[in-house]
Formats: sequence, structure tokens, C-alpha cells
Amino acid sequence: MYQGVIMAGFGGQGVVSGGIMLAYCGMVDGLNVTFFPAYGAEMRGGTANCSVVLSTDPVASPVVGQPDSILIMNEPSLAKFEPMLKPGGRLFLNTSLVSSRPKRTDVEVIEVPANDIAEELGNIKCANMVMLGAYARKSGAVKPETLKDNIKEIYPKAKEAMLEMNKKAVDRGAAAV
Amino acid sequence: MSEKLFMKGNEALAEGAVRAGCRFFAGYPITPQNEVPEYMSWRLPEVGGTFIQAESEVAAINMLFGASAVGTRTMTSSSSPGISLKQEGISYCASAELPIFYSNIVRGGPGLGNIAPAQGDYFQSTRGGGHGDYRVFVMAPKSVSEMANFPRKCYEVAFKYRIPTMILADGILGQMMEPLEFDFEPIDPNTLPLPSWALRGTNGGERRTVKSYDLRPSAMEAWNFRLEKKYNEIIEKEVKFETVKIEDADIILAAYGTAARICESALMLGRREGLKIGLVRPITVWPFPTQVFRDLARRVRKFLVVEMSLGQFVEDVQLSINGKAEIHLHKRPAGGIPTGEEVLEVTRKVLAGDESKVFARP
Repeated sequence: MYQGVIMAGFGGQGVVSGGIMLAYCGMVDGLNVTFFPAYGAEMRGGTANCSVVLSTDPVASPVVGQPDSILIMNEPSLAKFEPMLKPGGRLFLNTSLVSSRPKRTDVEVIEVPANDIAEELGNIKCANMVMLGAYARKSGAVKPETLKDNIKEIYPKAKEAMLEMNKKAVDRGAAAV
Repeated sequence: MSEKLFMKGNEALAEGAVRAGCRFFAGYPITPQNEVPEYMSWRLPEVGGTFIQAESEVAAINMLFGASAVGTRTMTSSSSPGISLKQEGISYCASAELPIFYSNIVRGGPGLGNIAPAQGDYFQSTRGGGHGDYRVFVMAPKSVSEMANFPRKCYEVAFKYRIPTMILADGILGQMMEPLEFDFEPIDPNTLPLPSWALRGTNGGERRTVKSYDLRPSAMEAWNFRLEKKYNEIIEKEVKFETVKIEDADIILAAYGTAARICESALMLGRREGLKIGLVRPITVWPFPTQVFRDLARRVRKFLVVEMSLGQFVEDVQLSINGKAEIHLHKRPAGGIPTGEEVLEVTRKVLAGDESKVFARP
């Protein structure tokens, strides 16, 4: 199994911590994993993205040129990463914030109203976990349960209520696909 | 031995240095290595060490000159243009035989270049780097785990031979996160014997001097020969390399660091379709593992060098093989990152007799 994943959105949407979360959980689930952030001239309000590789073989390059899945959290990221997606790949789309729709017809589009779900749960900050829940359920690369069990590892300072909210976010994301 | 951690390469490198006994760090920010000083700024005070954000790279390297002259395990870190600025000080440390340790998280060059991963500083690293006749012990990790564990070996060599040592990595190794384990217990530098040359006062004993010059030509010549003797001993005893499936190989891939990691993937993919691919990966790039290439060139006809630069590392392979086999070169400079599939495709072509990437013929 090899899954190259790119997660992309605005700075502040938890795209980088979401990527770390995904890679960490892959490690917990016994996979070879890497996480690689875009570390260029990123700025607040600009776009952020990171690459995660989940693989049963050792990972050669952590740079994902042709992702198997992309997790699109905002409008500009769709335009930037849709062309890179592997034919037959999965495009997870945060329909709460992205109004346009993918042009590609050779990929599977999975619509996830991540921000709406997060807002219902009480905090839009957990939209990234909604997206990860959806990805985990659909891809099977990591278990949604592993995500829920390890939120504290990635957010060690999070309060109990926030942890619970994030766990629910994973469940709701998984249920949405 | 220890728990499985999940860290960024730059942070693993910094933590590895602290666990290997580093107690003094001076540096100046530059991407893509900023996590190293950031980590040191809170981590060193925890262990009673000193972190200084210097006013410049030149200041930082000269602070290391002073701190290592009293026997402290020191470190500085930078990326390509910053390392260029430090070369004068590194040359002085080499001459004064100071055991400093530093890392270059290489970015694209020349000039200000870019901040992408690259391997363009190979010549600078393996040929000394600054002015004068000297060498630096250079280790080239390929994983976050090696970023974490190599500083210990660097300090060991630095203090054994009184020579500057360095880690040559790139933006990928610095920025990526992956699982790692430390293969050594933390070293408390206070439990290590103080070097006999350290400038800590002599209590009325024989005067100690740490200096980088002697104006008498004959004395400086003798000084150089003394350094050479040390370098020869390091060449003899401290070479490290890794080989993968070389026994039955029809072609040998040669690469270091990130490029070697990518070649390993090409090797694995190629073996699945029956191609007999082997890999030699120098772990120390100075001293260079000349002998393994020399031995392999007696029976393997084709070598394919993969480097993220325009053809620097390949020269050491060429010197080792010395005309005994065909060398091909696949190069991706200043931010170009090869993929496993790409390397495999080139390997297939070379095996099929394609000569478009030939670098040297027997």
C-alpha cells in the first residue's frame, strides 16, 4: 500500500497540524510514514500545504508529486492541486468554503462540508479533523479510531472539551462519506 | 533502546547534538534550517548549556572557536550561503585543531539561490571549504533517524582527531518528519575527561596554546604535514558506507543523502521486475569510501550516479573507479528532486545501452 496525500488550505485551517496528525497515526498503525511541509515564503492568510506519505514499503521521497488523494480546504488550493492528482485519485473537497467544482472527470470527488460540520460541533477549528475523518474512512489508510486516540499527542495543550469536540469531528467526517 | 519518536529532521539533529553532549550553540537564522537554533534556544538552557543568536554567521563561527578552545562540545548550523560566510572561521578551527561540529542544511545555489532542497555544496564540504590545505569529517544522513544519531559520531571523531566535523543534509532532511529512535544514551559532557589541550588554566603547569598560524615557513610546512598525518589516519579508520544488493548487481547506483534514499526506492521497484540493481551509499563523504567502488568496478560494468547537483559527487566516484567501468550521471540541481520511478527509468535505459547520460567511459 502506498498513499501520497496532499492537504492544502489557508494558513490557520490546521492543514499542517492535520498532516502531522495523519502521518503520526500512520506510524501508530504500523506504516512507514513521512510528513513534509511546504516551507517556502508562506504567510498568514496565504495558502499552506503539506505532503504525507503512508506506505507499507520504506518511503523514498517525502515529496509527493502526483498524489493519490488531495484534501482541499479552500478555493485557491483546488486550482493549485487538482491538476496534480493521480488519475483515479480521490479529491476530498471542503464544500463549505469551496464554491467551484473540480473539472477533472477521471477522479473521484468526495464532498465534505467540513466547516459546516465543525461549526455545528461548536468550533470551526476542528474542520481539519472532519476532513481527516472522511479521508480515513474512505481510504482505509489509517483507522478513524487511531485519529481519535491520538489527538492529544499532536495537540498536547488541548483542553478536555476541545479533545472531545475533535473526536466527534473525526466521527462526523467519517460518517459524511 | 529508546522510544519511537516522531520529529522534524532539524529538531532531531538538534536533539541528537544535545544528547551527544553539545553545550554551546551559536547561530544565525536562515531557511531551511531555522528549527535547529529555535530548538537549541530552549533546549540548551534545560541542560545547563548556552544558546546565542549571534549578530552574523561570521560572529557565530568565531564564538565556536572560543567555546571549543576550552574543550566544550559546540555546534553551529546554517544553510548554503550562511555556511559560505562561516568558511573563514572553519578554516581557522581546522588549523587550530578545534573539534567544532556544524551542519549544512543545503539549499539551492549558487548565490542566494532558493530555499529548495539541493546537494550543490558537495565540493565545498568535502574539499575543506575555506582557504588552505585541510579537510573536514563529513557525514551525510539519509533519514531523520540518522540526523538524530550522527552528531554523536561527529563529536567522537572531532575530539579523537581534533578536527572540525559536519553533517551535510538538505532541505528535505531538515524539514521532513518521520519516526526515529536514538541508538545511544544521552552523554553528560561533565563526565567526559577534559582534553589535555583545553585552555582551562594549567595551575602553573606547561603553557597551552591554541592558534591557527605560524609565520615561519618551515614550521607551517611541518604543521601541514602533521595535519595530513591525521587526515590519513581518518581515511584509514573512519570511512562509513552502506551497500544494498551489490552481490549479483549488473548496475550499481551511487548516491548519498536524500538522493540515495530515492535510489533505494528505484532499486526496490527495479528488483521487482527482475533488474539486478545494487546501491552504494557513502555515509561519510569525506573520507570517501573509495575501496568499495574500486572493488565493485572489477566486476560491474555500469555505474549510475544520481545527485541533486550538476556533477560533483560523481567526481569522487570517478576517482575511485579510475577508468575501470562506465559511469552515467543523472543530475537534478537546485531544487530538482528525482523520484524513484524517474531513477528506475534512467536505470532501464542505461542497462539497455543508452549513452545519453554517460559521464566517463573506461
